[in-house]
Amino acid sequence: MGDFFLAIAVIIGILVILSLYRVVYGPGVWNRLAGVNIIGTKTIVILALVGFIFDRVDMFVDIALIYAMLNFVVVLIIARYYTKEEGEG
Amino acid sequence: MAFFLAIILISLGTALFFVGTVGLLRLPDFYTRLHAIGKCDTLGLILLMLGLMVYEGFSLNAVKLLMIVVLIMIANPTATHALARAAIKAKLQPWQKEGSVQ
Repeated sequence: MGDFFLAIAVIIGILVILSLYRVVYGPGVWNRLAGVNIIGTKTIVILALVGFIFDRVDMFVDIALIYAMLNFVVVLIIARYYTKEEGEG
Repeated sequence: MAFFLAIILISLGTALFFVGTVGLLRLPDFYTRLHAIGKCDTLGLILLMLGLMVYEGFSLNAVKLLMIVVLIMIANPTATHALARAAIKAKLQPWQKEGSVQ
């Protein structure tokens, strides 16, 4: 079962690299933000899978939980910042 | 039995992640890309975490994974909605098919 988890983690890592195209070349800041959001979600899953691969689920699950909270807060704050940037409030 | 159920759930979640990434890369506009990633990513993460919970069995770690699922069920649609609302307020025009009336 460890090999299966490793294969799934590698597949999701390849998907992260594909999503990085939108972050690097995406026209404008909004497409880049969408790419950052999707990469953060995939990173949560990769962290949980790494915990299952190395048999340290108790530690990595906590890291994944904190990462989920931070990802949410970061996207909200950046969206709010760029709204105020355009002058409407 | 739980073994196969975990494999099926994790494979379905990975397939949904793949569909969301293809939508992010191929769709023509920011709003349509949000439409792709807002649903596919949330449901994919829920299915993957449910598969890991089935594999883990009933323990404290499974409860923590359930906490991640509940947090993502609230947080990810909220983040997508906030992004779309901020883009509307910043006057980003939605994509129009060529030849359609503005």
